Amino acid sequence: MKFRAWLAIAAGILPATLAAIVLFLALYSWQAIHFNGWGFVVRDTWNLGNLYANPIMRHGVQVQPGATYGILFLIAGTLLSTFLALLFAVPVGVGAAIFLAEAVPRALRTWISFFVELLMAIPSVVFGLWGYVVVIPFLSRHFFPLLAATLGKVIPFFAGPTGSGYGLLTAGVVLALMIVPIIAATLRDALVSQPVALREAALGLGATRFEALWKVMLPGTRRTLIGATFLALGRALGETMAVLMVSGNALNYLPHNIYNPISTMAAFIVSQLDSALQDPTGMAVRSLAEIALVLAVISVVVNALARLLLLMWNNGQRTLAV
Amino acid sequence: MSTIAEMVQRRLPKPRQIRLSRRFGSLAGWTLTGACLLVLSALMVWILVVVFMRGIGALKLSIFTTVTQGNGGGLLNAIEGTLVLSGGALLLAVPFGIASGIYSSEYPGSPWSKTIRFFADVLVGVPSIVVGYFGYVGMVQWLGWNFSVAAGSISLAIISLPYICRTTEFALRQVPNDLRDAAYSLGANERRVVFGICLPAAMPSILTGVLLALAVSVGETAPLLYTAGWSNFMWDGRLTHSPIGYLTYAIWTFINEPFASANRLAYAAALLVTGFVLIINVFARLVLERRARR
Repeated sequence: MKFRAWLAIAAGILPATLAAIVLFLALYSWQAIHFNGWGFVVRDTWNLGNLYANPIMRHGVQVQPGATYGILFLIAGTLLSTFLALLFAVPVGVGAAIFLAEAVPRALRTWISFFVELLMAIPSVVFGLWGYVVVIPFLSRHFFPLLAATLGKVIPFFAGPTGSGYGLLTAGVVLALMIVPIIAATLRDALVSQPVALREAALGLGATRFEALWKVMLPGTRRTLIGATFLALGRALGETMAVLMVSGNALNYLPHNIYNPISTMAAFIVSQLDSALQDPTGMAVRSLAEIALVLAVISVVVNALARLLLLMWNNGQRTLAV
Repeated sequence: MSTIAEMVQRRLPKPRQIRLSRRFGSLAGWTLTGACLLVLSALMVWILVVVFMRGIGALKLSIFTTVTQGNGGGLLNAIEGTLVLSGGALLLAVPFGIASGIYSSEYPGSPWSKTIRFFADVLVGVPSIVVGYFGYVGMVQWLGWNFSVAAGSISLAIISLPYICRTTEFALRQVPNDLRDAAYSLGANERRVVFGICLPAAMPSILTGVLLALAVSVGETAPLLYTAGWSNFMWDGRLTHSPIGYLTYAIWTFINEPFASANRLAYAAALLVTGFVLIINVFARLVLERRARR
């Protein structure tokens, strides 16, 4: 019994860590939460104020004159880039999973899926490097002008100017590549573990192999797909380094077209800490902590939801794939 | 005159032709899904080619023998820093990770064990920058450690902890219950069953999980930027109040510099990090594959 108690105490470090992160960020940013109020999420101006003036008292806390902290442009950037990433990643991930599970010979399947899922192992800063060195020049020179000349004529959001290549669409593409293996791996597992009788019944009724898959097998994995998409969503929302290197790090700017620079909450924390440290009242650093807190809460909620959905729907079976 | 076979064939219903639209739909389906897989593999190849071609071009012996100087020099300080930070993280995370893994696999029904599993799953998804900022305000500022090995290693440990916990739990669950029953029936206590029977049986998989966690922490950047800082010099052995370099920082900073020598450092660092991570993943896959077949 004593052995078990020791293990239980050691295991407590997991919940304790998460609680410590959330509590500490909340305590540290408490003044900022109080000062910024709900306007934090609806204002689109992040301004440290006049850093050369003497601090003044506002709402009972010391701030620099003219300081306002609003992250609407970050929320917009985060949601838009994540949305684009999911828009690319879900269909491609589903397609790849289908082909891997149904069309690739069993002997090859293990190795090809391993190769594709290795994308999950590539560090985010290497994705950033790849995006910075080859994707941005490629997209901005060849693909964006083409897109603006064709789709841009019909949909204003796709119209030019196409800019430097740093921006929303580039961030979406790089993010999509980072999250697509989550969807592909989870769905492939689910497809392979579907009962063989389902396919045989469909084939026996005269369906083609693809019809059996598309109309009978795939609907059975719908719930797994939803869970995996939530996991991918959580990953994309919190992705930092790759986005930091390809998004253009816009400040106080809402994108007017799909090529415009953006910034996300996670990337903003990295890009702004140095200048936030110039604020002698510390309110800027506390406001960054408030962003981190918001990000932590969102990611905990999204991930908890994803895990609960997958647990409930997969008869309590967990997956180690992601 | 006709044979019996022909008579039988005439009486059977003719096989219905699959309509052209259905056949076309199936063909289009396979083509599209195949194209998805092709695109993914091609992009993966593209990344690897970029990293390896440019990396090999930048790799010189001096990378391993000299420290960073301004926009040139080598990466010895960063290589050492990555090893120190990730090694420290493992030292902290492995005992706790394995203990929580044991608890959640050996007492699966208890509410505390369910809680642990759930938190491990959720903690895997917490963005690494959140952990990094927690490290910054908590350790660098509040505890006053400044940029340091301790703050960096603890941040990395927080990130690798749930990975180790989950892989340990899954590895232990592969151990058949018969083994446990046999040990108990011979009079072994819980501690003996876990340490004497289950852990040795699951050890290759557990070690593989630890290696994968090492790969994750070697590739992390965001949690280190504001906890470990950066230093052009070799580590002076102090745990606090002394910043330390690491490879992923070199990738991020030196690729943005307008100097070819700095860019070469970034490419070399990217090759080292990616190569290390890939080798660990391939090795882990081989080990797990072999165990699954047995």
